[in-house]
Amino acid sequence: MNSIVIWTIVILAGLGLVLAVVLFFIAEKFKVEEDPRIEQIEKTLPGANCGGCGYAGCHAFADSAVKASDLSAHFCPVGGNEVMKKVAEILGYAMVEKAPQVAVLRCNGTCEARPKTNTYDGDVSCRVKAALYSGDTACPFGCLGCGDCVDACEFGALSMDPATGLPVLDENKCVACGNCVKACPKKLIELRPKGPRGMREAVLCRNEDKGPAAKKACANACIGCGICVKTCTHEAISLENNLAYIDPAKCKLCRECEAMCPTGAIHGVNFPKELDREGIKARVANRKKEVSNE
Amino acid sequence: MIVSPNPHIHANVSTKKLMLDVIIALCPAAIVSFLFYGLSEIAIMAISVASCVVLEWAITKYLMKKPSTTGDLSAIVTGMLLAMNLPPTCPLWVVFIGAVVAIAVAKMSFGGVGQNIWNPALVGRVFLLVSFPTYMTDWTVPAGFISNVDAFSGATLLGQVSILGALEADKLVNLQTLFYNIGGSAGEISALALLAGWVYLLVRKVIRPWITLSIFATVALVAGIFHMVDPAAYTGPLFNLLTGGVILGACFMATDYVTSPMSNWGGVVYGIGIGFIVMMICYFGSYPEGMSFAILLMNTAVPLINIKFHQRKYGRK
Amino acid sequence: MSKITFAIGGVHPDDAKLARGCAIEVLPLPQTMYVSMAQHLGAPAKPLVAVGDKVKTGQVIAEPGGFISAFVHSPASGTVKSIGPRKDLAGNNATHIEIAVEGDEWVEGVDLSDTLVTEIPEDRQFILDRIKACGVVGLGGATFPTHVKLNPAPGSVAECLILNGAECEPYLTSDFRIMLERTKEIVVGAAIMQKVLGGCRTVIGIEENKPEAIEAMQKAVAELPYKVEILPLKKKYPQGGEKQLIQAVMHREVGSGGLPISVGAVVQNVATSLAVYEAVQKNKPLITNTLTITGNCLPVEKMHNYLFRIGMPLSYIAEYAGGVPEGAAKLISGGPMMGRAIANLDAATVKGSSSILYLSEESTKRGQESLCIRCGRCSEACPMGLEPFLLNRLYKVGDVEALEANAAQDCIECGCCLYSCPAYIPLLDRVRQAKGMAMAAIRARAPKK
Repeated sequence: MNSIVIWTIVILAGLGLVLAVVLFFIAEKFKVEEDPRIEQIEKTLPGANCGGCGYAGCHAFADSAVKASDLSAHFCPVGGNEVMKKVAEILGYAMVEKAPQVAVLRCNGTCEARPKTNTYDGDVSCRVKAALYSGDTACPFGCLGCGDCVDACEFGALSMDPATGLPVLDENKCVACGNCVKACPKKLIELRPKGPRGMREAVLCRNEDKGPAAKKACANACIGCGICVKTCTHEAISLENNLAYIDPAKCKLCRECEAMCPTGAIHGVNFPKELDREGIKARVANRKKEVSNE
Repeated sequence: MIVSPNPHIHANVSTKKLMLDVIIALCPAAIVSFLFYGLSEIAIMAISVASCVVLEWAITKYLMKKPSTTGDLSAIVTGMLLAMNLPPTCPLWVVFIGAVVAIAVAKMSFGGVGQNIWNPALVGRVFLLVSFPTYMTDWTVPAGFISNVDAFSGATLLGQVSILGALEADKLVNLQTLFYNIGGSAGEISALALLAGWVYLLVRKVIRPWITLSIFATVALVAGIFHMVDPAAYTGPLFNLLTGGVILGACFMATDYVTSPMSNWGGVVYGIGIGFIVMMICYFGSYPEGMSFAILLMNTAVPLINIKFHQRKYGRK
Repeated sequence: MSKITFAIGGVHPDDAKLARGCAIEVLPLPQTMYVSMAQHLGAPAKPLVAVGDKVKTGQVIAEPGGFISAFVHSPASGTVKSIGPRKDLAGNNATHIEIAVEGDEWVEGVDLSDTLVTEIPEDRQFILDRIKACGVVGLGGATFPTHVKLNPAPGSVAECLILNGAECEPYLTSDFRIMLERTKEIVVGAAIMQKVLGGCRTVIGIEENKPEAIEAMQKAVAELPYKVEILPLKKKYPQGGEKQLIQAVMHREVGSGGLPISVGAVVQNVATSLAVYEAVQKNKPLITNTLTITGNCLPVEKMHNYLFRIGMPLSYIAEYAGGVPEGAAKLISGGPMMGRAIANLDAATVKGSSSILYLSEESTKRGQESLCIRCGRCSEACPMGLEPFLLNRLYKVGDVEALEANAAQDCIECGCCLYSCPAYIPLLDRVRQAKGMAMAAIRARAPKK
């Protein structure tokens, strides 16, 4: 009995040893010579293989970065400036700094604001729904609420809010890889600069219908009235196809447009104070008076 | 107003309805086994079905934390098949262990209905067969509701081969064995009841006949050849078709959707494989009844068969 | 019992041709009509009129926007009230010309009489030009411009013209009614197309659940001097699919990505044949079509087959027919297998409109999706021999290469897979996406022109 046990152990151990030696030699023999910097860079990268940089994964990114002549076409959105600084050091290239970005859903058509006009009974997938029709509300531009962006996010930054029917973003988890941007068939998600201390303004609507139609479909819609454009003193807001857009590069975060917007389509986040709607309105009115007096 | 992509109507089949048809198809054989083996068989069936259903419910609820899938009735089918694959004298605690292996190990650990590789009831049965061989090969016949005049006790018809020899054993198969055949697993008792259930499934278009037919054909062919070569050593085709759970296996276990090939030609290959393996085990193996092993082995080959055999595609060679 | 049918897959839904006894009625004109610029396959048409213009019935109001496109004509006489975006039945914006209807004054040169013109023009180009000028498109569902289809690329020879009178979709009876009421016109239309294609064999395939149509057609063919065959077909869905019909009639299979003409076939719907007749023999543009009002929550006496003018809002027709019945949970334009669910009943009818179908909730609501039990029913039902269960899995993991290898691009979107799935997996919803992915991969590889 004992001898069987001993022999089993001896044979298995011997087999393991022989195979290990064989594997070792094969690994040595067929070793692929690679630029050592690729491995170095790969180690500095976050290793999420999310594809947010536009390459197939972290290895492909590193491989391509080593071959490139500068870093203008390479930026890891997950690692951000910190990681890119290290990559630049390894390669000896100049560092190209980028402002950190964050995904912004440009739709605020909550269940409350945007009543359902029919019941969707197909596959729970925005892609399928968008290919079929304009959606289960009267707004043909808004969020379809099937959560393709949530599925696309590999960092768990997005989740569906059953109360609003819209995806919610966890800013701390979002790395601006852009997978959700690609997943949204309505092109509602935009990567926008995170802003100083996270403060930023955006028009959360993409409805290009004329005012009355947009308003009828959704209480939170941008109706293209142009008040924000007239209010903005920094020329940051443009109006096209009945839809306002705030250029984050020009926006000075004065929040005047937000206060003046009649439908509440403009949203500011991470501001330390609550919006003083009445105060700003009075200020804007005064300014207008002054202008007309002049 | 509802809006969805096409099609807007449905054939009105559902997993539940299909499983219900399988349950109905199993009923004749189950009822015959109740008649012949009495209360003990009813108890086995009850324990087996109940444990399968409760186990599946508990696993989906507490371990997988998903909505329960017991509503599709597939656990009842597994429970019935397991009970019908056990000897009528099987102790109830052994039945329960079989149900645990069938549902917890063979079905739910793969993800539930449709995900498993092997037929759960057969995995349960084979587990019991190798773990508790004494209970699993005790073929004494308990008291039934109708008298069992021609009952053998101690060995199944297949078991008689080693006692009486092939020539004598062949003689035991007559018209009566078609109606009832005491000894063996409970569900194997009546070939006719099983075939009636199979025909019901065919009529209801629940299953296609190719797998079952190719098993029967292969068993008959292999047994025919061997029997012709040496009738003294090898039992004949009829004997092999009517004994050893070939009918139960071919009609209800091998045709299990989940563990059989998708295409018709794949099904034929799969059936031939089962027929061949069961005859090899029967003639040359140490277990007299090889159907369970044959089906499980071919279950294993199904992914390969599916890769090789596809539906004929329109406009492609 | 005819045994002629396609060889692979297929399903047998209840044909429910409930409105088969309703003779075609002519709908009166509404006050306002909306003519879509995107009612055919290919590029949308370009409007030729301006707001305020007076138009006559049958007047060209839009020209083709590309090679695969079609002319659009005014369905009534009146004033152009607006040109701009309006929501189609899916709720998406499309350019429509809004016409305030003032009457029904036709343009000159249109033969409005009922007399049957059996003499076919000699000049092939003249026929093609007429078909193009009258804006005829395929009315079997795809609305592919007919003049393009009837003019195959040089080098390809049409060996058989198949007229699709299968009407395999349950409920629909519009083709059946025109085969009964406009029998001879359809046969003349077939003969015209036969002439354009160089006198090839011409077959009208009709499913045998329409024996009256078969009989009427056979009688008409016997009385008219053309070489046209009537072929009764077995009742099986999707018999009217182009590829399936070719397989049933010619025993040939169109290769993946190929056109029917590659096996010498041209398939046209019987309704298209009628439109061709009216265009060529009467110079009448395609501004009317037949539409069935039917469903399983509508009493038979409220069912209708209507001759409608293209541009009438669906809601107007529904209202005229007695309103949306109580208990109608889903409204469908087209058949229950391949039709499109109506999200916006105010949408205007288009050339290809063939029905307003009312389905009750219990007949149309999809069951709860559960796990695949690998029963293989989808694969058995697929008339293209695909394996939807496999494509579903490959789509979920996004393996485009494998999707292409498993012929996702061959899907004809007939719906047989989901129709027969006991687990209610939205197979077609996903296979359609998978098809798009595979086709995009094929297109990306193709050499750029």
